[in-house]
Amino acid sequence: MKALSQRRRHPLAAFALLLMALLVTGGIYAAASTANEAQAQTTTFTADDVEEGSKLFSANCASCHGMGATGSDAAPSLVGVGAASVDFQVGTGRMPMQMDGPQAQAKPVQFTDEQIRQMAAYVASLGAGPAIPSEEILDASAGDASKGGELFRVNCAMCHNAAAAGGALTGGKFAPSIDGTSEQHIYEAMVTGPQNMPVFSDANIAPEDKQDIIAFLKTIEEQGSPGGAELGSLGPVSEGLFIWVAGLGVVIAFTVWLTSRSS
Amino acid sequence: MADSSHGAPGTSVTVATPDRELDEFENPGLPPHRPRLADRDRRAEKRAERQVALLFFISVLGTLLFFVGYFAIPLNETVERLRLQNLMLGLGTAFAMLGIGVGIVHWAKTLMPDHEVTESRHEIRPERDRQDAEKIVNDILDESGIKRRPLIRNTLLGAAILAPLPAIAIFRDLGPLPGNTLKQTMWDTGVRLTRDPSGTPIRASDVTVGSAFHVIPEGLNEVENKLEEKAKAVVLLMRLDPEELNPSPGRENWGYDGIVAYSKICTHVGCPVALYEQQTHHLLCPCHQSTFDLEQECKVIFGPAARPLPQLPIEVDDEGYLVASSDFQEPVGPSFWERG
Repeated sequence: MKALSQRRRHPLAAFALLLMALLVTGGIYAAASTANEAQAQTTTFTADDVEEGSKLFSANCASCHGMGATGSDAAPSLVGVGAASVDFQVGTGRMPMQMDGPQAQAKPVQFTDEQIRQMAAYVASLGAGPAIPSEEILDASAGDASKGGELFRVNCAMCHNAAAAGGALTGGKFAPSIDGTSEQHIYEAMVTGPQNMPVFSDANIAPEDKQDIIAFLKTIEEQGSPGGAELGSLGPVSEGLFIWVAGLGVVIAFTVWLTSRSS
Repeated sequence: MADSSHGAPGTSVTVATPDRELDEFENPGLPPHRPRLADRDRRAEKRAERQVALLFFISVLGTLLFFVGYFAIPLNETVERLRLQNLMLGLGTAFAMLGIGVGIVHWAKTLMPDHEVTESRHEIRPERDRQDAEKIVNDILDESGIKRRPLIRNTLLGAAILAPLPAIAIFRDLGPLPGNTLKQTMWDTGVRLTRDPSGTPIRASDVTVGSAFHVIPEGLNEVENKLEEKAKAVVLLMRLDPEELNPSPGRENWGYDGIVAYSKICTHVGCPVALYEQQTHHLLCPCHQSTFDLEQECKVIFGPAARPLPQLPIEVDDEGYLVASSDFQEPVGPSFWERG
């Protein structure tokens, strides 16, 4: 320490101190922000993939998203949205968008898996973003469905409905049903926050917790209704319609029978 | 009307005189009595009897089905068992009730006597009855002398008004008064924002733009009356581009670098307002579609809510975690009498 204090008036001391401070802050920041970083790139893309993806992008996406994917008045920039975003939007048929509207809707997929992978490679090469999740983290059988159910009810159920059947938002927008959505697309929707869905980064819901949520969704999908007709699991809308139509129909039929004369 | 015999079977009376023909209907009387099958045919009667008994027996079977489902089906991990049990409980109860109901109606319709009965309407308010009642009231007033003795009248009035007051004191003892609990929550200076349900603290750097966190105060999972506290203290934490927030004077430092926290309890009737649209920055209440605009400090832009959602002032502590700067500055949730 004595040696250090003797050199504290050295002309380069301030410079050295500044360098040290920068290193420490940078180190702490890097350590603190690792949670936000995307999962390790599990799908490896080759330069050919990026090249092919770039061509596909120019032909199919650039009219809205702009050459170089920097965005336009019609569509947002795709720099930094990550491979997961492309895989979700194109893999569920939401992109390319069929028509302008409150939100892009799922429809038959327009590209092959190989083409989607190449476009994902291209967009991922533009800037760091959430990667396509690994096979292990998507394994629903390894998740805790009960814990996933609790997380789902806190974070997802208010829009997607407690039975994941979807629900309405404002101005014609809606949260879609999750029934039948693949594990990979569920995971990607959480990390990328497509359209009006908030982002649930790994710092908010850890990858293992996301796996639990997927386990819960797959469990309720497989086991079906705990009794009786589900009526779309939409709650008072479909149940109310049923009881007003069928229930009142039965009441009217009984009334007619009650007042009719016996033969 | 009193002496009318309208409607008696077979004695239809016509009161129409030639000059009143246009004013009055001719009373058609009752249709001729038609005996039912069970009245005419002994075998049909027996058959109806058996049908009623069968319906009652179905009810018995329904009740048995309920108890078989309740006791004989042990629930296990699989949902199939639950489904089977629910089915048996539901069908059993339905058959048990419907069997009795349908059986009784069928019994009444086929086997119980079906002769027609008519009853004439009695005269409405005879003048004599009204006079009798008036006389009784006047007698009471006269005999009690309440008009002549104002002292008695006034003391009786006073006593009658005061007598129910002890009831208020007794009702007050039914439970503790709410005191200040409607105006306070668990949030206080330095209380960390933690994730719902795990209770882990949140760093400012964890909250990326576009994300939404469902937040409870630190230590909520340990308190005794957890649900009561949670019902008041739940918060939604979101991060926007700081440019898009327009804080009013005095509220500039209630957020941190675009991170803002708002009460999740709707100011209309207290549903959780948790439907966050990250592109429009609208918060939607699923119960009555009240919509709050995050860019205008959660002002109501649609729906029945009367007040904006209360904002929780937040800051960052020495370790980088988000903490509350204070409790909410106004009571959360729907209006109440003493809210002011």
